[in-house]
Amino acid sequence: MLDIAWLIPAFPLLGFVLLVLFGRRLGEPFAGWLATFSAAGAFVSTVLVFFGLAELENAERFHLVKLFTWLDVGSFTVDAGLLVDPLSITMCLFITGVGTLIHLYSVGYMHGDPNFSKFFIYLNLFILSMLLLVLGDNLLLTFLGWEGVGACSYLLISFWFTDEANATAGKKAFVTNRIGDFGYMLAMFLVFVELGSINYDDITTRAGEFGTRSATLIVVLFLLAAAGKSAQLPLFVWLPDAMAGPTPVSALIHAATMVTSGVFLLTRLNPILAEAEVWSTGLIAWVGALTALFAATVAVAQNDIKRVLAYSTVSQLGYLFLAVGVGGYVPAIFHMVTHAFFKALLFLGSGSVIHGLHDEQDMRRMGGLSKLMPITAMTFIVGWLAIAGVPPFSGFWSKDEILLYAWNYDGLGGAAGGKVLWVIGLVTALLTAFYMTRQVILTFFGRTRFFDVRAEEIAAAWDARLEAIDGSILAATEAEEKALAAVEKAREDVAKKEDAVAKAAEKLIAAREAVDASGPATEGYDKLVKALERAEGAVPKAEDGVLKAEEKVMALAQEVEDAAAHHKTLQAARVDLRNSRRSTEMPASHVTARTEAPVLDDELVDHLPDSYRHRQEYHPHESPWTMTLPLLVLALLAAVGGGLNLPFTSDLHFLEHWLEPSLFGHEVHVTASASTKWVLAVIAVLGGLTAIVASFRVYMAAAVDPARIEPEGAARAWYLDETYAGFFGGPGRALFDGMAAFDRGVIDGAVRGVARGTVALAQGMRALQPGFVRSYALGIGLGSVLVMVWFMGRLFV
Amino acid sequence: MGVSLLAAEAAEAAVEFPVLPTLVAVPLLTLLVLLFLPPSRADYAKLTALVGSLITGAISVYLMWNFAVGEAGFQFVSRYDWGGLGLSLYLGVDGISLFLVVLTGVLFPVALVTADPHHDPKPYYLWMMLLMAGSMGAFMALDLLLFFMFFEIVLVPMYFLIGGWGHGDRIYSAMKFFLYTMAASALMLVGIASLAILAAPPEGLTFDVTVLAQHDLGSTASTLIFLSFALAFAVKVPLFPVHTWLPDAHTEAPTAGSVILAGVMLKLGTYGMLRFGVYLFPQVVSDLAPIFIALGVVGIVYGAAVATMQSDLKRLVAYSSVAHMGFIVLGIFALNNQGLSGSVIQMVNHGISTGALFILVGWVYERRHTRQISALGGLQKAAPLMAGVFTLVMLSSIGLPGLNGFVGEFLILLGAFSAARWWTVVAVSGVILAALYLLWAYQRSFHGPAEGDNATMRDLSMGEMLGILPLLGLIVFLGVYPKPVLDRIEPSVDALIAHVESNVDGFAEAEPEPVTRAGTEGLVAVATEAEEGAESEAEGHGGDGAGEEGE
Repeated sequence: MLDIAWLIPAFPLLGFVLLVLFGRRLGEPFAGWLATFSAAGAFVSTVLVFFGLAELENAERFHLVKLFTWLDVGSFTVDAGLLVDPLSITMCLFITGVGTLIHLYSVGYMHGDPNFSKFFIYLNLFILSMLLLVLGDNLLLTFLGWEGVGACSYLLISFWFTDEANATAGKKAFVTNRIGDFGYMLAMFLVFVELGSINYDDITTRAGEFGTRSATLIVVLFLLAAAGKSAQLPLFVWLPDAMAGPTPVSALIHAATMVTSGVFLLTRLNPILAEAEVWSTGLIAWVGALTALFAATVAVAQNDIKRVLAYSTVSQLGYLFLAVGVGGYVPAIFHMVTHAFFKALLFLGSGSVIHGLHDEQDMRRMGGLSKLMPITAMTFIVGWLAIAGVPPFSGFWSKDEILLYAWNYDGLGGAAGGKVLWVIGLVTALLTAFYMTRQVILTFFGRTRFFDVRAEEIAAAWDARLEAIDGSILAATEAEEKALAAVEKAREDVAKKEDAVAKAAEKLIAAREAVDASGPATEGYDKLVKALERAEGAVPKAEDGVLKAEEKVMALAQEVEDAAAHHKTLQAARVDLRNSRRSTEMPASHVTARTEAPVLDDELVDHLPDSYRHRQEYHPHESPWTMTLPLLVLALLAAVGGGLNLPFTSDLHFLEHWLEPSLFGHEVHVTASASTKWVLAVIAVLGGLTAIVASFRVYMAAAVDPARIEPEGAARAWYLDETYAGFFGGPGRALFDGMAAFDRGVIDGAVRGVARGTVALAQGMRALQPGFVRSYALGIGLGSVLVMVWFMGRLFV
Repeated sequence: MGVSLLAAEAAEAAVEFPVLPTLVAVPLLTLLVLLFLPPSRADYAKLTALVGSLITGAISVYLMWNFAVGEAGFQFVSRYDWGGLGLSLYLGVDGISLFLVVLTGVLFPVALVTADPHHDPKPYYLWMMLLMAGSMGAFMALDLLLFFMFFEIVLVPMYFLIGGWGHGDRIYSAMKFFLYTMAASALMLVGIASLAILAAPPEGLTFDVTVLAQHDLGSTASTLIFLSFALAFAVKVPLFPVHTWLPDAHTEAPTAGSVILAGVMLKLGTYGMLRFGVYLFPQVVSDLAPIFIALGVVGIVYGAAVATMQSDLKRLVAYSSVAHMGFIVLGIFALNNQGLSGSVIQMVNHGISTGALFILVGWVYERRHTRQISALGGLQKAAPLMAGVFTLVMLSSIGLPGLNGFVGEFLILLGAFSAARWWTVVAVSGVILAALYLLWAYQRSFHGPAEGDNATMRDLSMGEMLGILPLLGLIVFLGVYPKPVLDRIEPSVDALIAHVESNVDGFAEAEPEPVTRAGTEGLVAVATEAEEGAESEAEGHGGDGAGEEGE
């Protein structure tokens, strides 16, 4: 059964190759199904190998399957070989198991994506790399997987590459991980120099040959590597940004599997850790504990649903480091497995929420989704109870083990050191319960804030209103000017009419004189009399016109006055509007379940942009079965996963007995009495419940202002990332720019200087030589061709 | 055509046939065909050159197929003496040169297929053929003077290729390239003459390296002669700080010129260091190794840092070569098994990866008429296939395990770690920087939103894809299964190290377990065996022979 272990990586390899060749032609959804089946094939093979391994005696559970010789140079020989032992198969089980579920989920999640098949190419390649990482029988094959998962992570984070932020996050992940790889490579070289081999077989059996100094150095270097891959202080910065990738990727790579590689590596190398000085393993524990606490404080203040989970992952990974550092390899693996269940569940649940809410990730705009997305809500709540450490859900059992081991620790700093680690672990656990409760409340409980008007919409509405009033003011100004122009024109008209009156009067006088001058007997007298009559009639008519024109001027002047008044009113209204904009109610930046939607006046509502109206017509919906089925399975696992290693009797320590052959007796054994264990467990449970209640008080009952609990510093991860960016963008960049300038100016400058000097020197000798490189070159070229042809002639003729 | 057929028949013939000279002869004969090609038939120039290079490539592959695995010495040896001055047409390949010959045979047809000259095809292909003949000859020459001739000949076609078919300030770059490398190798000729005269055996003058390797010169003479060689090779590599001709030459060279320059010609420097440095002057190399290790490591970090800040995509790739070649130098001067084997395979892998990168950059330039990274962006949208190919090649160049670039880099660092631990620590940091400059450049060119011409750029055609496919295949194959290559390289490397061990006082290979597989058969002895019939100087089996020379 064990020799079929090669099938485990062979399935995803086959899937990968087939998808590269035919993925585009298969298209949606068949490419997704092919990838899912290849992951499932790997899972089935793993289960078969698992049963094969379980049949063997403990001592025999260390089986090597050699595939071919990879590198063989001098004394350095490395096979492409698989190491089948409880540790690697445990890893394989949850990698392929959770991996298959996430493949299935992705078929639904990636629906409609133009690069659907490419996504599954990367996903299968990732599974392949991850399996090689854990199955490799030597440090180099693990490194192959290590870098392979890193490359897949890079490709998948920047999967939606048109967004600059995604591309940057992908690059950041790769480069930060490379800093860790620096440690990995040096540690690997050191192992080879000390041992003459980098096979796990030799490392585990001959670890005693290392000597304390080398072992310590190797441990510290591998810690650097693990801190990169598993996002620990100070290299954690890439993981929160990595959430830019599609959510299934966050679940699979950045929560359940890849990021646990560092813990796997340290566990695999437990014989070296056993040889190292106490401070180096203590360092692992402290890095883990501080990271756990640090990330938990940050998670409290995040509003992006995935960023909360991202920092939570960093924090939980810190737990695993703490466990490894204090010698609790079994709790580390135990919590790694349960964490894979519940964190994958939580991420997939958040993906389902995001999917159902049109890519909304801000928890302040969620709430009340338990009615709209019942399966997602129910499974998410299971995940919450598991991570919050509520018995009997899985997280409680595994986390409690870690705390117990920390309590028991008496390495670095003696027994007191262990107690401090325990306190840090406990505080972290309380914070975890607190922020996860907050997340569940903000997402699923209370009022549905999704439809609420948003800050940018209110701003847009105000802008629209102000724009409208600005338009009216402009119109009023124009009307005023127009009225003024009309008055002017009317006045001119009055003057004209007055002229007409004068003319009519002149005509009348002339007509009268004409009549007086001629007598009645005169020929044409009648005509003159008629003209006089006409002239007499014209004058009052003209005078009438003047009167009318004057009336018009009066009327128009009134209009001008009205227009000016209207203009003034509008100006005043605008000032009012600006003032009331300032005092409008905006959506709260810190919300609770009781936070009300901003109340807007009707006028403003009418001006809200289309996005608001469209959202009102949108119905948040539950996800398709391809997505909810994995949620249900994972919820079940997250609920009962604790059964792997129940603390009550030795018979129930399944995982501990199972892993024994991989740990070579380096597992620390807890010496605390049963009563101590009970007390510790009760403290942890009570503490966790208190944190949950506190969180309900703040976020459900709104008894405390959440702004006081979510400081700005925590929201920005205590400025660490910004400091790095500032350094590399500032002095770092300046240094590199300086080197580039040095290359151009100094090094190449020297060359050009020599050239110029030579030219100057050569001026005098110019007469001797034509000085054309071209003709020299041609001469050499022709000459050499002739020589070669002559050679060839001798050869063939 | 008839001539090419003849060569093809030659490859078919029995091994007694002088197969190595055909590798020089076929390109030369193609050159002659091109020379007499009537101007009315200029459109046949590409086909002619392609057929010639393909036949040469096929012969090189045939060579690899028939290469005896496990043999350390020179194989397929051909030797023709040339009058009385001790000169000879003396060709042979061993594990160190075999794959450089194959690389040359593969890269030339690929370079011819993937990039066309934008004018005057006939002379362009003519120079390419001369370049191919010269490169082949340089990797096979076992006569020091013959090597020098080939080493210098290749400058000529490259000068004309850059000057005639390049871009931008091409005359300046061509001139700089020619004068810089020519000046650096001028002293080497003096060195060669001095060595031949000082180390001449009683029978008379010879330039046969297998004979010269047994010289017994004092340390001053050896050091001076080595330095004259080293300068020529260091410029060719190029080693920091004599590298500045490279970015200029690369940036202005036509695509095929860059491919050959990076893929083949730079290797003449590192190959020369191995064959004519380590082999001829083991004691001096061992003494001066710290200096070269330091320069190599500085080159790794410096080249990467300067590459990061380049705004021209091609210049960036050029500076990445400075970093990669620094790795090779580091491996050579680590003077142990892993370091040397790693260097040899890294020479091949760098040729493949960087060659492919230059081809891709050339294609981008052809479409967008710019290489300024700031003018590019979002290319992946319009050209997903090109983006995919670029990603694969980039990851290979970064040294991702499972792809070819990793194997050499890893072995070099592993070897160097035993030899110079702290310098290796610095060198490993170059691995971080490699990821930085390439991913950053990729992000700015291929990621992000696409605007203007970037949004409508043509993707790879079927022909282009087929052209670069051999390189992609090698990138994956050599990364997953490098064993066939390493198996052929290693015996020769072992023999070279045995030669160093027996010639250097108190030399112990800095490795946890001494190499036993190399056995006592020295390179010299095997080489002499291989050329049965030729009068042999070295008596008996190398182990004791070489031991005596060490005194």
